[in-house]
Amino acid sequence: MVVLEAAGLSKHFRARRGFFGGDRGNVRAVDGISFAIESGRTLGVVGESGCGKTTTAKLVLGLEEPTGGSIRFEGQDLHALDAAARRHYRKSVQAVFQDPYASLNPRMRISAIIAEPLTTNERLTAGEVRGHVLRLLDLVGLPNRSADLFPHEFSGGQRQRIAIARALALSPKLVVLDEPVSALDVSIRAQILNLLRDLQAELGLSYLFIAHDLAAVAHMSHAIAVMYLGKIVESGEAQTLARAPKHPYTQALFSAALPSHPEDRREEIVLSGEVPSPLRPPPGCHFHPRCPHAMARCGKQAPALDDVDGRLVACHLYGASTAAAAA
Amino acid sequence: MSLQTEAVGLPSRFDIIRIEGFPLLPVLILGGIAFVAIFANVLAPYDPEIGSLAARFRPPAWQVGGSGEHLLGTDHLGRDVLSRLIFGARVSMVVGFTAVIVAGVIGTGLGIVSGFLGGWVDQVIMRITDTWLALPALTFAIFLTAIVGPSEMNIVIILGAVYWTRYARVIRGEVLSLKEREFVKLAIVAGCSKRTIMARHILPNVLNSAIVLGTLMLGVVIVTEAALSFLGVGVPPPKPAWGLMLADGKKGMMVGYWWLTVLPGVCIMLMVLSANLIGDWLRVKLDPQLRQL
Repeated sequence: MVVLEAAGLSKHFRARRGFFGGDRGNVRAVDGISFAIESGRTLGVVGESGCGKTTTAKLVLGLEEPTGGSIRFEGQDLHALDAAARRHYRKSVQAVFQDPYASLNPRMRISAIIAEPLTTNERLTAGEVRGHVLRLLDLVGLPNRSADLFPHEFSGGQRQRIAIARALALSPKLVVLDEPVSALDVSIRAQILNLLRDLQAELGLSYLFIAHDLAAVAHMSHAIAVMYLGKIVESGEAQTLARAPKHPYTQALFSAALPSHPEDRREEIVLSGEVPSPLRPPPGCHFHPRCPHAMARCGKQAPALDDVDGRLVACHLYGASTAAAAA
Repeated sequence: MSLQTEAVGLPSRFDIIRIEGFPLLPVLILGGIAFVAIFANVLAPYDPEIGSLAARFRPPAWQVGGSGEHLLGTDHLGRDVLSRLIFGARVSMVVGFTAVIVAGVIGTGLGIVSGFLGGWVDQVIMRITDTWLALPALTFAIFLTAIVGPSEMNIVIILGAVYWTRYARVIRGEVLSLKEREFVKLAIVAGCSKRTIMARHILPNVLNSAIVLGTLMLGVVIVTEAALSFLGVGVPPPKPAWGLMLADGKKGMMVGYWWLTVLPGVCIMLMVLSANLIGDWLRVKLDPQLRQL
């Protein structure tokens, strides 16, 4: 069952240049992307910084309004929801952010931080709230006495556990994980990722897992979407995509990740140049200036996202897109 | 060996005033003034508002012609200077603290609303603040007293109305950075209303800055109160305010009645200096971000 579905989702920011606001450009942070998250499964979104991952997360969380396209939650368009349904959506979708030092209010006790979603959305007695808080602390593997402490008394990994406990307070269906382990020590990362996986198995959660760390995404996700300059260039089942990436960008990303065995030999693809400015993306395929396989048509025609060997790829190398582009 | 003794070393001259940075002397002075203000009734030897014309211009006790009856002498109406200074401390304290609190509440409130809501609300509040800041504070205060008339209560309100802008500016800046923090985003995701977020997440996190700013403003407010009283638009006589005592005594300066001006002047100076030193220390201690202020 599909929990959340995005169709042609876009977010364009207007950029103002010059004092009188002339020569305005559009930053296409997210440019017509589509994806679906199934119940109890994880969709991983990867890409370099600036590719629109975090904007996607904000759109799903309702922190930003999309400028185009739609998000459907359990089959209903978010835009058309009434107040009650909107509240239901708010309760069903929670988030864990990157920086565990910025995501907990330094002036609140842990019990108040974890209980905030509960007390805001439901009428509960103090005793019931306390019970919930202790159960949630237990769920993320923190001792009961944590409840009465302040955030500064915890390490980064512990804080991230607290953030997860808070995200789970309302028993959400979908949790948006925006780089949940990027700010943590390497030694802590695996613990948090395993905790997240255990919680998914136990509670049937769906995750939208956003990261730039391919190993983490491959470890966590059932499906993966690779983004480049606001567009999805390749998406499909995690296993297929990780074993045999098709899009030259995906290939380069996976070749840059460390192999699981130090003696593994494989072809290394080094990309030249930087990510172009999203204000002036290159014409045609956004990736063509850095692509080792660029052809003449890549600079003229944007490739469509088409089915290639059981996953979607947007690249002219795989001829199927010719028909779509001509139409 | 000599290295070690030097490291632990003799205290430098500043350490006598500030043990490990703590402004001991200023705290003692301000604390002393506060103590005197609270227990003015008990401590003052005479009624500060009633004097005897027979005992006019008595010099302090240690000067020729002085007596133990009036330790710090008497003024042109024969009122005891010591008693007036003691009750004057009460006026300065009450006006200073309440005005700082009034300004702080107005300024912090508007700063939070302005910074958090943004958009046209922010534009309106900030343009008003700009206009306010463009007016010279003292002139503006005199103008306002001329309209509502001088009284202790009015002075407090006027000083609050004149000085809230500084809070509004600083607090708004803090809020702008605070509202991009992830815990505020998460509060939105959790479904908190804007009012809840401002009260629960923003206010407690700007309180430090507001308190630091308040200590620094205390000196400014006390000087302004003294200046208004000196100019005759502050605390109305015969209430003993230090600024008023200065004004009353200034004619006697040239004929040698120095105690009528020097003593209240020293009191004002000590109080403002102490407030500023404590404020400086608190600023560095609580809020490194405010250091450049």
